[in-house]
Amino acid sequence: MELFSNLALGFATAASPANLLFCLIGVLLGTLIGVLPGIGATATIAMLLPITFQLEPVSSLIMLAGIYYGAQYGGSTTAILINMPGESSSAVTAIDGYQMARKGRAGAALAIAALGSFFAGTVSTFLVAVFAPPLTEIALQFGAAEYFSLMIVGLVSSVALAHGSIVKALAMVALGLLLGLVGTDIYSGTPRFTLGIREYADGLNFVALAVGVFGIAEILRNLENERTREVLMAKVTDLMPTRDDFKRMFAPVVRGTIIGSALGILPGGGAILAAFASYTVEKRVSDRPEEFGHGAIAGVAGPESANNAGAQTSFIPLLTLGIPANPVMALMIGAMIIQGIVPGPNVATEQPALFWGIIASMWIGNLMLVVLNLPLIGLWVKLLKIPYYVLFPIIMAFCSIGVYSVNSNVYDLYAVAFFGLVGYLLLKLRCEPAPLLLGFVLGPLLEENLRRAMILSRGDPTTFVTRPISAILLLIAALVLVVVFLPSVKAKRQEVFVEED
Amino acid sequence: MKSLSFDTTNALCGGILTAVGLFFTWQAFNLELGTAFRMGPGYFPLMLAVILTLLGIVILVQSARVQGEPMGPIALRGMAFILPAPIFFGLTVRGLGFVPSLFFTALIACFASGRMKPLMAVALSLALTAFSVAVFSYGLGLPFQRFGPWVQF
Repeated sequence: MELFSNLALGFATAASPANLLFCLIGVLLGTLIGVLPGIGATATIAMLLPITFQLEPVSSLIMLAGIYYGAQYGGSTTAILINMPGESSSAVTAIDGYQMARKGRAGAALAIAALGSFFAGTVSTFLVAVFAPPLTEIALQFGAAEYFSLMIVGLVSSVALAHGSIVKALAMVALGLLLGLVGTDIYSGTPRFTLGIREYADGLNFVALAVGVFGIAEILRNLENERTREVLMAKVTDLMPTRDDFKRMFAPVVRGTIIGSALGILPGGGAILAAFASYTVEKRVSDRPEEFGHGAIAGVAGPESANNAGAQTSFIPLLTLGIPANPVMALMIGAMIIQGIVPGPNVATEQPALFWGIIASMWIGNLMLVVLNLPLIGLWVKLLKIPYYVLFPIIMAFCSIGVYSVNSNVYDLYAVAFFGLVGYLLLKLRCEPAPLLLGFVLGPLLEENLRRAMILSRGDPTTFVTRPISAILLLIAALVLVVVFLPSVKAKRQEVFVEED
Repeated sequence: MKSLSFDTTNALCGGILTAVGLFFTWQAFNLELGTAFRMGPGYFPLMLAVILTLLGIVILVQSARVQGEPMGPIALRGMAFILPAPIFFGLTVRGLGFVPSLFFTALIACFASGRMKPLMAVALSLALTAFSVAVFSYGLGLPFQRFGPWVQF
């Protein structure tokens, strides 16, 4: 059994003392920022990215992955206790989780969220292990035309899953792609869009863009109207759910895991959408729909499982194709490139220890989260009492250090301020930043593959539709675009996102 | 006649995106375009810039049809203090060195909130600087000069 020997290799890598330690640091940090509203996983990973350069590639990726799914766990704690999502993907959990907490069942709600997440994490880690290798096989046969078409699918789906106006999301992709092209053209050496600033000849710094658009813009938004947070309770008791709770959470957890795993693979904020889809499904299939909004167990168990499953399976396109499914995965690509690993199907064959080590570490990390988080809840609750005005100077300082340490270029710091302003402007104009970041990462790759494909076909653009895999991918992209523009889907889509706000 | 109503947010958004698109188009025209067979450095950017301009115009046109929600408050004080913080760090980190530069960066950022008391701001910045020096400079060994040429005697 190849799968088992691969998994054995993975666990051997992930269970080395150093990697266990970095996994632990990752999940603890992730939980911490997940608990604190106002700092997202994207901004944190962007800030910590430079610090991980000193580590081994495996350790750094394990730690960054830990931050990502740790944040999903932490976010639910905040959602349940103060009715405010620590992470956007736990926004749904706040609806019923907070109601459970008000009825004195905060402990049970937290435990249900944690256990549901753990189950989902286990199943979806297994799914990643099963599906990643065959996908890699397919991806290895991809040529330039197929890669181009695949990236088009990725960009189009990120548009479809973004909030708000589709036209705006498309514009964000175009803008992101253009920003990604800033720097020296690889074929001719011509500087492009650098405005004559030599320091931008290597392109805009990816970390600076991510920190600005996701970190600083978010701080500015939080400063618009400062509110005091009220923590519901200082003590959380009765962690153990009752036998009846277990019975009622089982089916929602399973359904949530399936929905989350499927949606996580799609590009563009899979975990958030997964949580919403799961909540809607649970409400529909429940025999007690009147309970929803008043502390339904299914309303916590389903979405929590779904968002964690979605967080895990979004690693599939990253590990097999080197295509990011969401902004965090885009940062992971950045981390891999900095470590000298070319993301894509070759990772599995050339670096099996890295590939399987990351997969195995996800399960270990999930286990750590369940074991650690329930007893540590008291500590997290205390952290919630830290006022926001203390937090953001800390974030600003770490942002500055992090961005500067990437390559000691002070122009990167000016870029941070600039993109902070841009990000805030986009927020105000109701434009989604996720497609922009995705476009930014894919911009150079997209252009390179387009040019290569055109050279290979001797300038014949039909190469994209005469090669079967490429044609199928483009057809999918076209279908997705047509579907999101259909009037009925458009209305439904608005409904889903309105519920979210 | 119906009065013409605008969604200001979208009108602004469309306008800005159109302008940015036109700027990139203009810049791309200065680059060598090449042919579809052998694309020059300007070919793909020009395509994207034109698409961006067109999308901007679409948003602008659509904004005349629907009434949207207002933009909400703008964090002016936040912008006035948060955005200069990394710029200050960039300007001084080589001259002043890591320690003083970071202290003042944190201090500037502190004043973005109306709730922060001056004494608290200084205390927080000091603690933050001490922590960062311990972790980043000594712990992780990042190659920063702790005190730069401007403050050495």
